[in-house]
Amino acid sequence: MNLFFAITFWFATAVITLGLGYKVRQYWKTEAPLLIPTTPAPTTQGGVIMRMIREVTLFESLFKSNKWIWILGWMFHFSLLLVLARHVRYFQEQPWFWVTLVQPFGKYAAYTMILGLAGLLLRRIVVDRVRYISSPSDFLMLIMLLVIGFSGLIMQLFDRPDIIGIQNYFINLMGFKIVSLPINSALVVHLVLVALLLIIFPFSKLLHAPGVFFSPTRNQADNPREKRHQPSWVANMPSSNESAES
Amino acid sequence: MASVEYEVPELFKNIHTPALHPGVMEASGPFIAKPEHQEPLGFPGELVENWEQKAIEAMGEAVDNSRALRVFLDSCVKCGACTDKCHYYLGSSDPKNMPVARQDLFRSVYRKYHTPAGKFLSKLGLDWLIGGQEMNKSVLDDWYNYYHQCSECRRCSVYCPYGIDTAEITMAARDVMSKIGVGQKYSNEIIGKVYKIGNNLGLPEPALRDTLEGLEEDIEDETGVAVRLPLDEKGADILLVTPSADFFAEPHVDGLMGYAKVFHEAGVSWTISSKASEAANFGLFIGNHENMRKIALRIREAAIDLGVKRIIFGECGHAWRVAYSYLNTLAGPFDFLDPAYPVPQHICEFTHDLIQRGKLNLDPSENDWMTLTFHDSCNVARASRMGGIPGGQFSIPRDIIKAVCNNFVDMAPETTHEATFCCGGGGGLLTDDLIEVRVKGAMPRMTALKNVIEEDGVTHMAAICAICKSQFSKVLPVYGMGMDMIVSVHQLVSNALILTGQDAESEPESD
Repeated sequence: MNLFFAITFWFATAVITLGLGYKVRQYWKTEAPLLIPTTPAPTTQGGVIMRMIREVTLFESLFKSNKWIWILGWMFHFSLLLVLARHVRYFQEQPWFWVTLVQPFGKYAAYTMILGLAGLLLRRIVVDRVRYISSPSDFLMLIMLLVIGFSGLIMQLFDRPDIIGIQNYFINLMGFKIVSLPINSALVVHLVLVALLLIIFPFSKLLHAPGVFFSPTRNQADNPREKRHQPSWVANMPSSNESAES
Repeated sequence: MASVEYEVPELFKNIHTPALHPGVMEASGPFIAKPEHQEPLGFPGELVENWEQKAIEAMGEAVDNSRALRVFLDSCVKCGACTDKCHYYLGSSDPKNMPVARQDLFRSVYRKYHTPAGKFLSKLGLDWLIGGQEMNKSVLDDWYNYYHQCSECRRCSVYCPYGIDTAEITMAARDVMSKIGVGQKYSNEIIGKVYKIGNNLGLPEPALRDTLEGLEEDIEDETGVAVRLPLDEKGADILLVTPSADFFAEPHVDGLMGYAKVFHEAGVSWTISSKASEAANFGLFIGNHENMRKIALRIREAAIDLGVKRIIFGECGHAWRVAYSYLNTLAGPFDFLDPAYPVPQHICEFTHDLIQRGKLNLDPSENDWMTLTFHDSCNVARASRMGGIPGGQFSIPRDIIKAVCNNFVDMAPETTHEATFCCGGGGGLLTDDLIEVRVKGAMPRMTALKNVIEEDGVTHMAAICAICKSQFSKVLPVYGMGMDMIVSVHQLVSNALILTGQDAESEPESD
């Protein structure tokens, strides 16, 4: 088990790092052939940054769209953020100040995270329109996250593993050393699914996380008359740079 | 005709979200382009050999060249936020008209052939897990059918948490189809006319000149003032580029006479060009950048030939999108024009500025027999701007209407501004073979309009888009409302504008 989880997590970390790195580079390198901000849009780069911040912290567009999806989705994502922050301590001998600070919040965030996920899953089953557009993978993704949440909660409430031992194991893994991992069944489920999640991240719809920052309808400024947008496909066209006198 | 009998949606108090009825719009696609419509645009005349492979390749190329497509195809989480936002879904209840489902017709093929997960799972026969789909005839039929039931109005993109714009995917899918020989007759035939004659209607220069002279006579008969509508006048300050429907269709032509009167009062010299006698650019609708650029370059050439200093666009929604957002990219730089003015300008910006500066003598009581509301056209609302600040595209036309009309009421806020519903005929759908789609897609707007008619006594709806105007003339009667309820914004301006030297006795009669 010590070796199995070591290899699994080394592999999973490599996949998500390289995979996401590749995708981000690809999004970065792919040109936006035309300006397509959804208007009204900010006219300046500063305005675009504010729009993006509102979008990723408050889910502004989703709020305008559907209050149920918004509250469930926001609850899940914000809870997940707290839970992840709480987990930072597994990778630090001396946790940073904010990691210590966030511990109690992260503990309760587990409940709201599960609640949010359960609500989203319920919607996917009950609302005919959402059921229609769902693939098996959409259900599996939610179920996987729910099982990760529940297995974590079980460890927190009923079957506490040796936290210091787990911390020690992962700190050593980061230095490419394998020590003993104190396991129980909930931990095995938890870790296997987390590794799976990391591995499928760069190959699945989870790409919405980096994707949103590259979405042209949200990250372009509305200034086409002031500043000429000149992608290479136009710049390379023969007659586009002719001026009046030619 | 694609379908003879269809159900006209019932109008309720609120726009309600229907339950799913799979397949109800399955056989409602438009006529397919013939070889003579395809070839002038550089597309193969008919379905090419090995088209499945060609389609997959064209799709890959499209994604490689567009950040939007790449991000949009990867990012959708199927949250469902867009599912009740499309007017074609609301009006037809066909689930493939839900934006995400429409996207998925393309995305499922993309996933199978162009993503690592899809390629891997396909080998195991498990691509169904992630909604992978083989490219086959029934997929192509669905593409053709449902990508021509999207008006590229972008309402879904407003509500998507990642800003996914179905219009981009519709355009890409249409372009892929054109490239394998399955184009849409209506749009491609029209683009051919633009190349051959200069405008969508195929109106040649002598006929255009006649029409404009006729309009000059009409204005003089009505006002006693000689107002010119010049054609191809070298050295004019302003080139007016307007949709060709403005030359003869109702109520468009009343808008054109309005522009002429405004230019006259402003004392500027202006001209229409017979070379660029069309603002519309259907290259946008078919999603083909090369054709869109070729059409846009006519305007640059006309501006250079005529030696104008400014370019102003008439009332046309998608034309304004192409003009405002793309003209600089496609046909710029416009460094040969007067840098004191934005390139291009909208006729509403021009008129609004004159009103602000008190340069127009307006008598809004001329429009007292009407109570107006305003239909925000999708391409103006969500894909462009007017004036200096975000949202000018909403305030400027309304300011103009309020300056020339005493009675103005807005429709429900969830149907105006960036939340506006498409008229139902945009995006290359304004053709009789799609009448069922057009009527059903108009349901949300018709509902909102009916409410202000009943509650606020609205008698007319103004618009600044040639397609909206034509579409409403057609569908208003289907919903039991008068076809002449739809008016041009500059028609209202024209009614209220008192020309210098205008004979008070010859005021226009309200009919």
